[in-house]
Amino acid sequence: MSNAQAVGDLVSQPYKYGFVTDIETEKIAKGLSEDVVRLISSKKDEPSFLLDFRLRAYRQWLQMEEPDWARLGYPPIDYQDIIYYAAPKQQDKKASLDEVDPKLLETFDKLGIPLSEQKRLSNVAVDAVFDSVSIATTYKEKLAEHGVIFCSISEAVKEHPELIERYLGTVVPTQDNYFAALNSAVFSDGSFVFIPKGVECPMELSTYFRINSGDTGQFERTLIVAEEGASVSYLEGCTAPMFDTNQLHAAVVELVALDDASIKYSTVQNWYAGDENGVGGIYNFVTKRGQCRGDRSKISWTQVETGSSITWKYPSCVLQGADSVGEFYSVALTNNCQQADTGTKMIHVGPRSRSTIVSKGISAGRSANSYRGLVQIGPKAVGAKNYSQCDSMLIGDQAAANTYPYIRSQQPQAAVEHEASTCRISEDQLFYLQSRGIGFEEAVSMMVSGFCRDVFNQLPMEFAAEADKLLALKLEGSVG
Amino acid sequence: MIRPDAPVLLEIRDLHARVEAKEILKGVNLTIRAGEVHAVMGRNGSGKSTLSKVLAGHPAYTVTGGTVHYRGENLLELDPEQRARIGVFLGFQYPVEIPGVSNLEFLRVATNARRAQKGEEELDTFAFEDLVRDRLKVVQMDPAFLDRSVNEGFSGGEKKRNEILQMALLDPLVAILDETDSGLDIDALRIVAGGVNQLATPDNATLLITHYQRLLDAITPDYVHVMAAGRILRTGGKELALELEERGYDWVDQELAALAGEVA
Ligand SMILES: Nc1ncnc2c1ncn2[C@@H]1O[C@H](COP(=O)(O)OP(=O)(O)OP(=O)(O)O)[C@@H](O)[C@H]1O
Ligand SMILES: [Mg+2]
Repeated sequence: MSNAQAVGDLVSQPYKYGFVTDIETEKIAKGLSEDVVRLISSKKDEPSFLLDFRLRAYRQWLQMEEPDWARLGYPPIDYQDIIYYAAPKQQDKKASLDEVDPKLLETFDKLGIPLSEQKRLSNVAVDAVFDSVSIATTYKEKLAEHGVIFCSISEAVKEHPELIERYLGTVVPTQDNYFAALNSAVFSDGSFVFIPKGVECPMELSTYFRINSGDTGQFERTLIVAEEGASVSYLEGCTAPMFDTNQLHAAVVELVALDDASIKYSTVQNWYAGDENGVGGIYNFVTKRGQCRGDRSKISWTQVETGSSITWKYPSCVLQGADSVGEFYSVALTNNCQQADTGTKMIHVGPRSRSTIVSKGISAGRSANSYRGLVQIGPKAVGAKNYSQCDSMLIGDQAAANTYPYIRSQQPQAAVEHEASTCRISEDQLFYLQSRGIGFEEAVSMMVSGFCRDVFNQLPMEFAAEADKLLALKLEGSVG
Repeated sequence: MIRPDAPVLLEIRDLHARVEAKEILKGVNLTIRAGEVHAVMGRNGSGKSTLSKVLAGHPAYTVTGGTVHYRGENLLELDPEQRARIGVFLGFQYPVEIPGVSNLEFLRVATNARRAQKGEEELDTFAFEDLVRDRLKVVQMDPAFLDRSVNEGFSGGEKKRNEILQMALLDPLVAILDETDSGLDIDALRIVAGGVNQLATPDNATLLITHYQRLLDAITPDYVHVMAAGRILRTGGKELALELEERGYDWVDQELAALAGEVA
């Protein structure tokens, strides 16, 4: 067997999170209508402003068309064939973890996210979301001592409606795009983080999303607000069982940073990617945007995208404040028939705003991996600066990589720098490592993780090793 | 040092190999015993690097005939990494650059793979740093090279020193050094040759591929082989190299023509 083919085989490995939890679930009937939107809202006992928000979004959505500009191919999605609300049957959210269904705790244990007092991570607070609902959030009390609010968004709607009303939809308006409108109409759960003025969040915050049902869409909504001088580091992880049907995941994440605030948002996305022939897997259409509203504020996105059959995702920064900073560090790995169209938008509005984009795409198998990025410099963004670096690595000879960098500048003096490169793991490089006693699999994984190092260095320390392992896992398998 | 009773480390018999459809090795015979230093010389394109890569197991080369035994074991059926772990080392003529992979980490993983094979314990980062700092002295290399990516941006001579550093760490029994002298300045040549001499023991052996006598002035070979058109045409002692230096390779053509006549 040729080395190139062996590399191809190597990147095909079984998905380790493909199990289904057998638990009684309350689901509503398939399909989407105004009644369904009302039903979701009433199930969650929501105030009227939120119902209005949902209905407005739904009506806008009806007028919109699914976007087709991304370099993605998939059969039309039947939006009437999806269940928009599913929740494990247990009464209201439990006050204490002891009352949570042990099956759910066990599920998260199996996913490597222990929630119970004895086993939970000592320096990371976790919100665990199962299908449409949050089942537990750890360390809430400890965080509350610092004035930090970390809870599910449903709970925040009940406990802090004024904050939700003030911020929800202000970064990603309901009519922003087709999938954002859909999410705004039917979003189920997600996380809410509020860091008050001057507070440095005392621990890492993390939300773990688990899709369990086969015919349910997941529409989570996350909102993070950092007031003046506040800072927080937040990580999102996701997995789903293996089904031979596709599940739609259309999330919206909004970040707001006021003066001198900083938000670091990291994602390790490992949704089920479908099998080697492209059957099954998650359709991941996500809108993530952060607004650096205040002067000297900073928003940093780091993402490691390894799963999903389709990924459509452009975490962006609106750099409104003077001297605000936006960052985007991304690793996207595609294999088999996976398709990813991902990148970022850096919208420079404020003077001397700066942004950095580092994107690393790895394509193996017959997959397609596109970087799509926009750097926009507005007329008032005097002295704005951007640096972009987009590197692609090809494994085997059937994978594709594309780069679409768009630059729109209304500021002749702005410094916009773009570098791009494409490389292929060469037989001679692999042979060199092997001839020093390093096994074939380890050689590939060393080269891939070397390629991604600039991005992994940006992840919170607790997760950098995890990401490295995840990539190695994705690259692990039988060498034929 | 020639000792007729020393154990045979490498035994190459009638080795044939091709790359794509082209036959390059056409019957190589060579026996290397512990303690010996062999030099292989020969014109550009005669097959010297091909021989070295076939021995190391490069996937682009297909062995079409013959055998290679390493300490009695069939070397040709082992993966390249297994060959390295049991003590076969190839110093490349053109070491490749591997961006993003830290030289230090690479050296550590490689060293531990070899140590595991020998039943020695794995070295953690700290223990390895001590070892590598010690071995850096063999090639008088600046520790700053450890912090860079493998060979990335190294000058030609720096890459060659990095090869000998790897040899010093991996402690091979058979080291094949493919034109390690090319690209080295005069001082570096002396340092590298000194390093190779320092690493030589009665238990291991070295196969030097070179074009120049100046390397053989520094590392005295026990045998000199002349390679031509994919085989070893002549073998002699260190004086054969001096003869080549004087006469060049013209005589090779006559011998090859004579050989071709014999075959026909
Ligand atoms: N991968 C390859 N594809 C095609 N031809 C090859 C390949 N590798 C080697 N060759 C050919 O095989 C022949 C022998 O090459 P080799 O590199 O072994 O020579 P060499 O003796 O090491 O030469 P030099 O002294 O220049 O290093 C050359 O004609 C070379 O072009
Ligand atoms: Mg050569």
